[in-house]
This record gives sequence, C-alpha cells and structure tokens, in this order.
Amino acid sequence: MIEPLLVSVYIFVLAIFVGFETITKVPPLLHTPLMSGTNAISGITLVGALISAGAGHSSLSTVLGLLAVIIATINVVGGFMVTDRMLEMFKKGKKKD
Amino acid sequence: MNIIIALAYLLSSILFILGLKNLGSPKTARRGNQLAMSAMLIAIIVTLTKNEILDFTYIIAGLIIGSAIGVIIARKIQMTAMPQMVALFNGLGGGASALVALAEYNRLTGEPRIDVIISMVVSLFIGAVTFTGSLVAFGKLQGLIRSAPVVFKAQRFFNISLFILFLIIGIIVIINPANSTGLLTILAIALILGVLFVMPIGGADMPVVISTLNSCSGLAAAATGFVLSNNILIICGALVGASGFILTRIMCKAMNRSITNIVFGSAGTATTNNSNNDKRKVVSYTEEDASIMLESAQTVIIIPGYGLAVAQAQFALQELVTILINKSINVRYAIHPVAGRMPGHMNVLLAEANVSYDLLFDLGDINDDFQNSDVVLVVGANDVVNPSARSDKDSPLYGMPILNADQARSVIICKRSLSPGYSGADNDLFYLDKTQMIFGDAKESINAIIKLLKA
Repeated sequence: MIEPLLVSVYIFVLAIFVGFETITKVPPLLHTPLMSGTNAISGITLVGALISAGAGHSSLSTVLGLLAVIIATINVVGGFMVTDRMLEMFKKGKKKD
Repeated sequence: MNIIIALAYLLSSILFILGLKNLGSPKTARRGNQLAMSAMLIAIIVTLTKNEILDFTYIIAGLIIGSAIGVIIARKIQMTAMPQMVALFNGLGGGASALVALAEYNRLTGEPRIDVIISMVVSLFIGAVTFTGSLVAFGKLQGLIRSAPVVFKAQRFFNISLFILFLIIGIIVIINPANSTGLLTILAIALILGVLFVMPIGGADMPVVISTLNSCSGLAAAATGFVLSNNILIICGALVGASGFILTRIMCKAMNRSITNIVFGSAGTATTNNSNNDKRKVVSYTEEDASIMLESAQTVIIIPGYGLAVAQAQFALQELVTILINKSINVRYAIHPVAGRMPGHMNVLLAEANVSYDLLFDLGDINDDFQNSDVVLVVGANDVVNPSARSDKDSPLYGMPILNADQARSVIICKRSLSPGYSGADNDLFYLDKTQMIFGDAKESINAIIKLLKA
C-alpha cells in the first residue's frame, strides 16, 4: 500500500527541485508571463476533471466534474493565450522611427 | 495501453519542463509557452483515451464552454488588468482542484486507501482557500472591493482557531472517510479562510498575494494528483508550486516584508512617521527646465512606477525616449521589482508601448550606473527611489533594495504631489538640490516636454 504513495512523493519532491532550478533562472523581465504561463499549467487539474466528468459514476460526480472541466479549461486556454499575447509584445530594438 | 498513457504523460512532463526553461529568455519565451501548450494538449488527449472515461457528452460540452470563455477573456483583457486576470485564473485552478476532490470523494467505493483520503482533504482545503482568496484579490484589484486592508478585532485568533478546527475535522474525516458532513465542513472552513486571509491585505501587497495564490493553485493540483495517483498532475503542480514560491520570495525581498508580516501584519496601514515634520522647501520646476536638462544630457535613466500606468503615460514616455535616442542620447529604463501590481508587470506595460526589451534593466544590472548618469527621470515612482531605505534605520523602508536615483548628477521627478508612497515615509530625494520636481499629471507633463523638444 505504501509503495505507490512513496513513488509519488519521490516524484513530487524531485519535481519541486526541477521547478526551483528552472525558474530561478527566469529574469524579472519575464516574471509576469512566467506567472500567467505557470498559472495555465496549474490548469493541468483539467486532466483530473476529465476523469471525474466522464467516469459516469453518479450524476453528482458528473455535475461536479463538468463544472471542474469548464473552469479548468478557462484557466488553461485563457492562461496560455494571454501569455502568448504578452510574449508577442516583447520585441527587440526597433530601429529609429 | 496503460504503458502508452504513462509514456505519453512522461513526454508531456518533459515538454512542460522544457517550456519553462525556454521561458527564461525573451528570445525563446514564446516558443516555451507553445511547448507548454503542446504538453497540455498531449496530456488532455491521452487522458481522453483512458478506458475509465465512458461518457464524452459532458466532457465535450465543458471543453467547448470553457475554451470559449477563456478565448474571450484572453483577447479582451487590458495589460494593466493583467494582475486581476491572473488572480481570477488562479482561483479557477484552485476551484477546479477542489471540485475534482469532491467528485472523487463521491465516487469512492468501499474502504479508500488512507493516502487517498488525506490527499482529498488537502486538495479540497488548498483548492477552496485558493478559490475564495483569489476572488477577493480579484475584487480588490478590479476595484470591486475596497483595496484598503479590512481588519477586525481578534482576526488573527479567529483565523488560527478556524485552522485548528480544520485540522481536527480533517483527522476525523481521515479516520472515518464515510463522514461526508465533515468533508463539507472542511469545504466551508476553507472558503471562509480564503476570504479572511486576503481581506486584511492592502493593495500595495498584492504582488505577494498573487504570487502566493499562484503557488497554492499549483499545490492544489499536485494534491489532486495524489488523489488520482496521476503523476502528470503531481509534476505540474510541483513546478507551479515552486514557481509561485520563488516569486513570493522575490516580491517579499523587494518590498522588505516577510510573508508572515504581510499575512498577519497591519499591511498598508503603516503609521506615518513624519517625526521630522520638516518645513523643508521643494522647488517646483517647469517642463521647460526639464527639456533643457534632458537635451543637454548624454546618459539618461528613466524610472517608471505604477503611477505611470495609472496615468496611462507609458506611450507618451516611449515617444519621449525615442526623441532622446534620435538625439544620440543614451536612454535606459531601470525597473524596480515591485514597479506594478504583480511581478514583472511594468515590463509588460512597457513592452505594450513598444519599448524594446533591451532598454529595460533590472535593479541589479543598472544600480551601479546611476553615478555615471547625467539625468534620472522618475515618473510615478516614490518608495523605490527613497534613499532612507539605505541609511535611515527608523524608516519603514529600511533595508529595502532601492534604485540609486540620488547618485545621478541631476534628478527630474514627475509626480502629482509631495504625498508619501505606500510606506508612508517621506522621501528625501525630493528635497535634494539636484532634484527638479515637476508637479502634475505624468502624461500631460511628458507631452509638454515632448512638444518643447520637438520645437
């Protein structure tokens, strides 16, 4: 019983370290896109929502799942799109007007 | 089949990490975001092939509704409104995690594993706190709720009691998972705590709040991953949790506050300590003085603050910068980490005004150059250039990293009035001999300078 949990804990802890190493290197210039981008990534909970909404267990689970799918999708789609919109604006040295 | 799904999740995780890595440089950032998008797409498609999923009607309906709303928000949102949008989306992420925890609880059959039920309690709690906390932050940033701190007597005691109550009921539910009333009580406590955590926090501390909620939305997703034994959720949740934590730490450092100080302290209500209630005189200058000064300079550094964005003056400012650059003057922007309402916000606002990112410099990269600059132009910033942060141990700002504007040969400050910044501290920079104060609306002042320079 304890072993699958332990593996998950390993993965969790190691992923936190990967996150620290990667994100420490992001310059302040990009902190807002970083935040809206990671925000969209936290919408990964959509994967869980899909399972809840589609498992057809009971109507209550399905309704809760459906709600979760809707708001997680807003988070994912909106988050990635707005990040893209922002990053598009970051341009280098336009020559003189 | 399960092996293929597991490998696809691994591929997706790798793409997420590569995406974040690419977000580290402005040249590759857009590609990084696209990598993360494709990672998400893979994760979603693979999940849909799982044989646990029997009914697609609700899934498809949910995906369509959610995408439509997401697209509309992402297209319409103003860049100045980015902080409240991120706050709102944080809340949605947390809310989704809480809903999934509830749905999975309802789906439980027989005696659940203890780690599953613990994860459910944690996911429900963090998710729900993030949800209401983010909604309050959204309301404050959007101006729907008074942004000033809302504090009542014994609030801290009340919060701690509620938290202890959560721990007790949490343990009861973990011992007896069939206790659904207990689970709903936890939900209620978490929803209330989310509101109570953010209500007492003032507008100036919002960058820290958003970063913390960002971290929480990640941790809620990771907890959901433990509920479902799903590694992709655990990995992504951990990445976002770490990211939010780092940003929180950076913001705290830049504002000279600790997170406990912000959550429990009297944020934004700092007592004004104008002990030396001075009769010092400030000389008010005109736009003409400023234009002469700027024109004769060789190196100029501009320090924008949130007041710039409030006055919507960033476009005018960039026009001024372009004129100066065309006169072969070396112009750079110095960006303090808390210039704006969220980490890096000022950079986005300036990027929108077509400012090239190689003109934007962080505090650490430019601070030693002030002593070699002819003119510093401060627009709508105050506390971040207050020299008392370096020297005056009694100042509420003491220890906060500031931009060394006072070391430049001369300083021009565009500001509405002499009123102190959020810290309530008086700013010595205003009274220096080399400082020229130009009072008025930033946009109007800058436009006037532009007119004079063009003449």
